[in-house]
Amino acid sequence: MAKITYQHPDGTETVVEVAAPNTVMRGAKLNNIEGIVAQCGGSAQCGTCHVYIDEGNTLPLPEMHEAEDDVLCGTAAERRPTSRLSCQLPVSEAIDGLIVHLPTTQI
Amino acid sequence: MGTGPVVIVGAGHAALEAAAALRAEGHTRPVILVGAETAPPYARPPLSKDYLTGRIRPHELWLRPRSFFAEQHITAMLGDRAVEIDRDASRVRLASGERITYDRLILATGSRPRRLSVPGADLEGVVALRSLADAEELRCALRDAGDLLVVGGGFIGLEVASVARGLGLRVTVVESGPHLMGRSVSRTLSAHLATLHRAEGTRVLLNRELVALRGERGHVRVAELNNGARVAADVVVVGIGVLPNTALAAQADLTTGDGVIVDRWLRTSDRSVYAIGDCARFPSPHTARPVRLESVQNASDQARCVAAALTGHRRPYISVPWFWTEQCGARVQMAGITRDHDRTVVSGSPAEGRFSVFCFRGGRLVGTESVNRSADHMITRRLLANGAAGLAADDVARPGFDIRRWPAQPI
Repeated sequence: MAKITYQHPDGTETVVEVAAPNTVMRGAKLNNIEGIVAQCGGSAQCGTCHVYIDEGNTLPLPEMHEAEDDVLCGTAAERRPTSRLSCQLPVSEAIDGLIVHLPTTQI
Repeated sequence: MGTGPVVIVGAGHAALEAAAALRAEGHTRPVILVGAETAPPYARPPLSKDYLTGRIRPHELWLRPRSFFAEQHITAMLGDRAVEIDRDASRVRLASGERITYDRLILATGSRPRRLSVPGADLEGVVALRSLADAEELRCALRDAGDLLVVGGGFIGLEVASVARGLGLRVTVVESGPHLMGRSVSRTLSAHLATLHRAEGTRVLLNRELVALRGERGHVRVAELNNGARVAADVVVVGIGVLPNTALAAQADLTTGDGVIVDRWLRTSDRSVYAIGDCARFPSPHTARPVRLESVQNASDQARCVAAALTGHRRPYISVPWFWTEQCGARVQMAGITRDHDRTVVSGSPAEGRFSVFCFRGGRLVGTESVNRSADHMITRRLLANGAAGLAADDVARPGFDIRRWPAQPI
């Protein structure tokens, strides 16, 4: 179980508890959080679950693999150094307190 | 428009996305979803992939949690079927006898597998994979089987072949045409896929037709091909395409013809009735002729387009089509509609299993097929959305071309 904060582009926040073995993407879908489309359902194909990790993050996140890096080359909102695909971020207690920022658009 | 309900016929990806998008766009009137299956709306792509190995359980397929419908004030009438549309009365009649009045109607009736027409097609062990129930049947059948026959070398059949090889089955793919996925992809990609499947030990038979299935005690055992060959088969997966579900629209005298015919705003011949997803045939700026697309992208984007129209933000449907498949450990992604190309240029290395086929028609980029090169795929989608002007085949053919640096920086 981890508490995840999804910050919307207008600055409002939705904070939810997400259970393992879900991903940060699935946590948004399960809680009806707008701003995560996830067309491909979580297989790092579509780039529509793009998030920005909070700048001050110190929690351990998995290394980015090549396919994720490639997909992030074509996201609808600009790519930044903090960009990740939320479907590639598994939820565990280790990321309790994670804050992600949602981009203005996914499509 | 009035104040009555929006009724969505179907409960697949397009239907669910349309309901969700209506609420996300601030639509406050009643939304009613009618679906024949009892399962909540679920994701289909994993059914021919990870679901078959048991890695994904049914509840992981649900597109939204069960609480979604109540929270969003969406009425989901699952396990019931729309059987008649009375356009004069703006009413849909369900199999249960219930009648629902609509102000706007969205047809998201989907498609169904084309059936085999050979003797033995109704034997036990012969499966067409479309629904969760089909996938569950196939998952169990694969567990106990030694020999799998896949009829049709398209997306679904090849995905199942790949999974079944991974499970240790002996697999044969029979394709009546000369190429795998012959109607949708370039020869280069077809040939690459055939090589991958053969390297994994799958027997790929091209230009061969199935003529009969023979069984024992009602269960399939052997397939007979048109060259007289016999292939052992405890399970047969039929992947020979789908047919759009148009009966309801045709009964209501809406214009149909290999799909429910819609305009670029996804309206049928009746302006209060829309059609989206697999069942809709629509004009696209990305193709010469109206098309019907069976893809998650199309279902999702068309749903959003209609939801926008019903909330006062009408715009034509112009989304760039894209598709993906996973076979033999390769990520295969297609952007645009590539089937009518007249020139292809390969970028990258097919021998290393990392390349893209850039497809052109009349000098213009129409799409890209990428194998383990997602950046090419993603950037092509952006280029096509912007008209794809400027990128010529000769640019791609130039040594050292990298689409991530396109347009090239001035020297």
